[in-house]
This record gives sequence, structure tokens and C-alpha cells, in this order.
Amino acid sequence: MRIGIPGEIQENENRVAATPDTIGKLQKLGYDVIIESGAGIKASFDDAAFIEAGAQIAERSEVWGSDIVLKVNAPTDDEISLLKDGATLASFIWPGQNEELMNKLSERNVNVLALDSVPRLSRSQSLDALSSMANIGGYRAVVEASHHFGRFFNGQITAAGKIPPAKVMVIGAGVAGLAALGAAGSMGAIVRAFDTRPEVKEQVESMGAEFLELDYEEEQDSSDGYAKEMSQAFIDAEMALFMEQAKEVDIIITTALIPGRPAPKLILEEMVKAMKPGSVIVDLAAQTGGNCECTEKDKVVIRHGVTVIGYTDLPSRLPTQSSQLYGTNLVNMLKLMTPEKDGNLVIDFEDEVVRGLTVVKEGSITWPPPPVKVSAAQVAKPAPKVDEVKKDKPSRPWLKPALIAAGAAIFGWVAHSAPASFLEHFTVFVLSSIIGYYVIWNVTSALHTPLMSVTNAISGIIVIGALMQMGSDNNIILALSGIALLVAMINIVGGFAVTQRMLKMFIRDN
Amino acid sequence: MSQGLLSSAYLIAALLFVMSLAGLSRQESAKSGSLYGMIGMVIAVLATLGYAHLEGFTYITIMMIVGTATGLFLARKVEMTEMPQLVAILNGFGGLAAVLIGFSSAIESSESMARAAANLVSPADQLIHSIEIFIGIIIGAITFSGSVVACLKLNGNINSRPVSLPGGHWTNLGLIVLAILMGVIYVQQDSILALIVMTGLAFVFGITLVMGIGGADMPVVVSMLNAYSGLAAAATGFMLGNNLLIITGAMVGSSGAILSYLMCAAMNRSFISVILGGFGTEGGSVAEGEEQGEYTEVNVEEVAEMLKNASSVIITPGYGMAVAQAQHPLRELVNKLLAQNTRVRFGIHPVAGRLPGHMNVLLAEAKVPYDIVEEMDEINDDFTETDVVLVIGANDTVNPAAAEDPGSPIAGMPVLRVWEAERVVVFKRSMATGYAGVQNPLFFKDNSRMLFGDAHGTVEGILKQF
Repeated sequence: MRIGIPGEIQENENRVAATPDTIGKLQKLGYDVIIESGAGIKASFDDAAFIEAGAQIAERSEVWGSDIVLKVNAPTDDEISLLKDGATLASFIWPGQNEELMNKLSERNVNVLALDSVPRLSRSQSLDALSSMANIGGYRAVVEASHHFGRFFNGQITAAGKIPPAKVMVIGAGVAGLAALGAAGSMGAIVRAFDTRPEVKEQVESMGAEFLELDYEEEQDSSDGYAKEMSQAFIDAEMALFMEQAKEVDIIITTALIPGRPAPKLILEEMVKAMKPGSVIVDLAAQTGGNCECTEKDKVVIRHGVTVIGYTDLPSRLPTQSSQLYGTNLVNMLKLMTPEKDGNLVIDFEDEVVRGLTVVKEGSITWPPPPVKVSAAQVAKPAPKVDEVKKDKPSRPWLKPALIAAGAAIFGWVAHSAPASFLEHFTVFVLSSIIGYYVIWNVTSALHTPLMSVTNAISGIIVIGALMQMGSDNNIILALSGIALLVAMINIVGGFAVTQRMLKMFIRDN
Repeated sequence: MSQGLLSSAYLIAALLFVMSLAGLSRQESAKSGSLYGMIGMVIAVLATLGYAHLEGFTYITIMMIVGTATGLFLARKVEMTEMPQLVAILNGFGGLAAVLIGFSSAIESSESMARAAANLVSPADQLIHSIEIFIGIIIGAITFSGSVVACLKLNGNINSRPVSLPGGHWTNLGLIVLAILMGVIYVQQDSILALIVMTGLAFVFGITLVMGIGGADMPVVVSMLNAYSGLAAAATGFMLGNNLLIITGAMVGSSGAILSYLMCAAMNRSFISVILGGFGTEGGSVAEGEEQGEYTEVNVEEVAEMLKNASSVIITPGYGMAVAQAQHPLRELVNKLLAQNTRVRFGIHPVAGRLPGHMNVLLAEAKVPYDIVEEMDEINDDFTETDVVLVIGANDTVNPAAAEDPGSPIAGMPVLRVWEAERVVVFKRSMATGYAGVQNPLFFKDNSRMLFGDAHGTVEGILKQF
């Protein structure tokens, strides 16, 4: 089958659905690839590079006449009419928001694969274009913010005075949010994040950011992998937190989206007023109305001294890499749908990933797909050993403090009643344990066996104890100590000798 | 020799011991580290001989010579594959010495009791001393019998499968409670008989404890016994009021504890669950229900061909390599590959083998340079760029189920991601499961090939093709 890659005609769209690299991979799957002349120019891929990768350059109409058309943006009416009968089109579609488009597509006898409708399963991650684009958007949001923010991100102490670090708050710790946290953190800003799903706390902290928490608790069941809308009381608590943060932070990046619904309004005008002049808000939800009341789609506006950025084309602003990632998502999708690697596309509705992303099949609308429950926590099959695992980790919050208290009490009693000499020895014991702890952590794992034999040898120092008791006039003591002396000597000599033997074997390659 | 000189000799010895352990942090400094340890030991022993009031010098000399000779003999004779046994039994000797010294100290103190009652020693001192004796003996006894069992298991004299007692862990708990009770009786009534009974119980406890743990968990057990032998030495130090013993014992204790921790972390299991028994003891169902698909077999010629065409190769050995003694032909194979400019490295999982660092020692013995032997964390990201991976005698440590199947008993255990390579060749005797009793989906992957037979023989077979 032949794959056609047309150029994108939307203004501000710099991406292209294939790169020289992904074209090679498409050919490995058995497809022929033709690409519209100049399709990759804005993403820094010229026609020569595509030709070198094995693609053919063709005219627009010929490209659209291919068996499979790979695109970034949803097609326009003109483009739909260019599709040949029985063709397959893959691009972003947003079937939930674009009913009209869906109707038009279904008037043609074509298949439509929507890259935005890939179900969130762990095995479908490699074709999840939303995640790959969100990652780029999150990074670019920080770059845009720093461009409009008239200050450093990192704190500095210079001869000319001290510069405090910028404070960045990210709302919504999805892929875009985490990417923004990483980018802002690595530029030196103090980063913090809020999300309605408490389970993402760990991910936020792993990016070096602080996770902002509410006092309020609500059941959150995100069985489809996305956040849901919350109750009123929760929203009130949330708003109070944002108000408080708005006064403090310099940059707010919002990424809160609810699938198929307008974006929630999280940053109200009064919060924008409360921010320091010169602050920046980047609204990644501008496409669906924005999280901030002051956002204007595709524009940068200044309200109450705060710059509000509402760009919806952030991934397109890093076109080379977003094309590469999107192209790879498409390759992975086609891999899944070309089981024989013979260049024949198979739309298999038994596969729930394929089922989910196919929104039109042979001219009839197949969206929405039957629900798939996908949250990572629930995929886990009930393992036969679950009971045992539970037994291992009983949830007794009082246990630790109780043990510490008991330990402290016992130690207090011992310290009070024991003779001074015991405490002296105990001090030596504790300090030595600590020295041992730090010294041993430095031992390379390749030398763990020699380490064990050396510690064996030096624990033979117990020989001193045996010698000390040799002064006794009691024969039993003498006999016992004698045997102790014997075994301790075996320990010492055996341990050291075998260590030497082993260490001699470790050689470096010269 | 004066008390002051003795103390300073001990101080120097203690410093040398610290330097000895610090020296082991790198291969380059390891030999001098071991030397420091020896010097420290000689100083400590000579100073003690010079200071202590000794009876029967000939007797002492004989004992020391016999001990030295035995030690040297053991160290010379031992095969590198038998290192786990040697380390285990040496731990046991440390424990035994602690028991014996504890008893002599107990006899001595009960003799002096009469004198003490009249004046001098306060009751508190006496109490603490008795408790110290009790602790030294109980730890020593558990270490000794546990080490003997561990050694026999490792040596194959006892079946390495976990054996659980009637009554399971309650029997163990009962034993230890009873032993402590006897200890209390000893402390209160100064009855040597109670002390002997207590020691017996502790011996039995050590045996039952280690019997319940399976072969592949032995790295944890041996590390734990290593820690115990250190603690036994420290307890003896308390008993005799000797700081050098306390310092050394504490450091050895830390070392063993850290090694146990590292081994447990590498298996993603808690220390408690390892000690309470291996996989498959309590209704551990072998996960065989699922359809696994088919595996593809290859012969030595095909593997040789693969290796000749590969530009990078990683070898991941496991305990099976040690059993088959395949490290020597493997080294020759590595030489051949290096000669044709193939990049060859070894990837070592932390719990491969029966002792922490066991694989490194075996490879070193076969003269594999240590700079091509890498740890799991160093090498795990490189599998994607590797042409051929040879899995030799490893199973659970390369099981993709640990990473991919949340329902697997070994889920979450860090593993070598060998399946990311272009081609994986698994050297195995049969299709049997590994220690964890879990089927290995690796064998059924598209890029996996099975090479059945004794690893020593198959590696030599491949060598012949070069």
C-alpha cells in the first residue's frame, strides 16, 4: 500500500507527519511513501532528505490520492474531497468537539484514525500522540514564559546584589505539567505543582517539585486515566489555595483539561490582579477556553500587569522534534495495524487500541468506542500472592511511634541503671557502627565477596578475648579459651589468605 | 607492657581496620586494604600477648599454629565456586568463638561471685555483665549453627530447598522465647545449667531458621550471618570491657547489615519475608496457567554465527554458570570476540550467585578484566543497542515478568532488561523454572533463542566454531 504525507495548510502549523527517519521505518513495514513537495520545510526537513530516505516527492493531489494519508491536523473540507475511495486517514480529529467534521468524513467511504483517541493503556503509550505533544508543549510553555518574564529563573548572588529565584506553579501534573516542572526546575526556578489526583504526588516530587496539597479530601476514581470534575467544596478549597499561591508565585502554567468539556476556570481575574506585576501566566488549555479568565486564544495579552499567554500551537513551535515524535507515534500505530509487515493495513476491532482510535470505519462513525477501563492500578490482575503481600505490610500507623517510645524507655532505663563503663562501651559501639556504615557504602559491589572475607578475618579479633582469659587457673576455662583461640585463628588466617587470593585475581585489561 | 601502651596499640589496630575496609572501595586500593587489616591484626594480637597474664604458653602456641595451618589450608584449597561455603563457615567460627569465650567468662564470673558478694562489685555491674554474657552466647550460638547449616546447604550436603518445620514460624518463635527465658533464669540465679540449655536452644533455633530458607536467598542469609558474627564479637567486647572488640564487631555488623539490605533491595523483597522463608513455601502456586507460546531452539553453530556478526555483546551470568564451571571457556570466547573487535561486556545482577559479588569473583578467577564487568544499573540502558545477549545460567534475574506483569510474584524486582537487545540466547539445561518458580516469558519472545545443554559444553562448542 502507498502512504501519502501531505503538507499542513493551517497557518502557524510547522509540523509534518513524517521525517526522513520515520519514513525509513514505514518502508520497513512494507509501505511505499510519497510526500508533498516542501511538506517538511518548516520543520527543517527538505525534500532532498526525504528522497535520500527513500520517499518520492509528488504533487498535492497525488499525495492525497494515496491508500493511507498521514497528517497532523484534522482535514479541511477540500482535503476530505481529495481522499480516494476506501482510503485511510490518520491525524488529530477531536471527534468529541468536531461533530460536523465527523459527519463530513462519514459521508465518504473512508477509514479515519484519530491519534487523539488512543486509549490510555500501557502498551499503547508508544502511539499516544497526545502525551508526546503534551511533553513538548510543557517544555515550550516554560520557554515562552521565560521569554516574557523579565527576570532570571535561578537565584544568584552577584557582586551587584542578590537575585531571588523565580517561583513557578504548575496546575495539572499530567505529561505537560511534569515536562514544565522539569524544564522550569532545571532552569533554576523553585517549582511547585497542584493536581486533583493525589496519586501523582510521587511523580511531582520525582521532578524535584513540591506537591501542593489541600486539606480537603475527595474520592477520586480516575478509571480512564484522566482527572475528573470535582465537587463544589473541593473547588472552593482549591480556589483558596490558588489565590494564596497567586500572591506568591511569578509564573503560573495551567494544564487542566477535562476530556470532551470546556477547560475548568481555575485562575480567576481577581487572582490575576493579586499577582505581582511582570508575572506570567501560560495557559495550555487555551484551545478549549482556557483555565484562566483572562486568556485569549492564540494571543499574548497583558492584564493587570500580568502577561497571559494563550498559544495553542506550542508543540508546533518546536517543529523538528514534534514532527519526529508524532511521526514515531504514527509508525508505532501502523506497526500495530500491519501485523504481517507486508504493507497491508488491517483494522482489527478485536484489539482495543485499534478499536479506540478508529473513529470512522468504511464511512460509518464508530466513535465513541465501548468503554475500556485502563487506570494503571486496576490493570493489575489479582495475583495469587496478594494475601501474603498484605500480611507483610500491615497498616498500623501507631506501630512505629510505639516501638520508638518503647525503645527510648528501655534505653532510658538501661542508661539510668547501668554502670558508667557500660555506657562508655555503648558509645564506642554506636560510633563504630556509624563509621562502618559510611565506609561500607563506598565498597564497590564487585568487591562484596572480598569484603565479606575481610570482615570475617577481622571479626576474628575475638581472638583477643580468648587470649585475655588464658590467664585463668581454672582448667575448664583454659580448655574453652583454647578452642576459641583455635577457631578464631582459623577465621583470621583463612579470611585474610582467601581475600589475598581473590584480590590477586582481579586484573584490569591493559 | 603498660595499660596505656595496650590501649594505644588497640587504637592503631582499630584505625588500620577502618582503613582496611575503606581500601576495599576500589579494586586498585583493595590489596593494600587487605594488608592494613593484617597489620592491624598482628599488632592487636602481639600487644595482647605482651600485656595479658598468660598460663601455658606452649598450649597457646600450639593452638595458634594449628589454627593458622587450618586457616591457610582452607584458603588455599577452596575453589572459587565454593566461596559461599567458606564465607559461611568462617562466620560460624566467629560465632563459636563467641560462645566459648562467653562460657569461660560465665564460669569465671561465677567463681568470683563469692568474692564479689563480700565487697567490691555492685549488683548492677554484675547484672549487666550477666546480660552481656547471655547476649554474646545467644548470638554466637545462632550464628554458629545457622552458618553450619548454610554451609551444608550451599555445599549440597543438605537439599537447598526451603524446609519448614511442623508449626512453622511458631516453633521458631517458641524456641527463641524459651531461650530468652533460660537466659533470664541464668541472669537471676547464675545457673550455668540454664546457660547451657539456653545455648542448646539457640543452636536449634539457628538450624531451623536457616533450614527454612531456600538456596537462592543464601546471599541474604550469608550476609546476615556475617552481621551476626560481628555482633557476637561486639557482645564479647562488652563482656570483657574491650573497646577494640566492640569497634571491630560494630563495623563488621554494619557491613553485614548493609549487604543484607542491598541483596533484599535487589530482589525487591523485605528482609523479614526472606528470613521467614523462600518462595514456594506456603502454597506458592507455580504460575503456569497462561499460554506462553513457543520457544525457538538453536544450535551452537547458529550461535557462533550470530556472535561472529555481532558488533556488541553482553553476557549475563547467573548461578548456573558457577555450577557448570563455564567461566573458563567463556573467557576464551570473550578473547575471540575481542580479537574480532566486538564490544563484549558482562552485566551482573546484584543477587546473581550465592554470595554478594560472587559472579565478579568467578569471572576474576577466569581472568576476565574487571573493567568489562559492569553492574546492573550501569549496563541496563545499553541493552537496546546490543546485538546479542548471552544469558548463561540466569533465570529470575532476567525475567521480563518482573517489569511487565504486576501480578507476578517477582513483580517489581529490578531485572536485567536483556529482552531489549536485538537477539537473546539463553543457555539452559531444560525449560524448568528458576528459584522463584515463575515461568519466564523471555524464553518465548520473538528475539529469544534457546540453547539447551550444559553451559560448559555449549560454550566450548561455540568456541570450536571460531
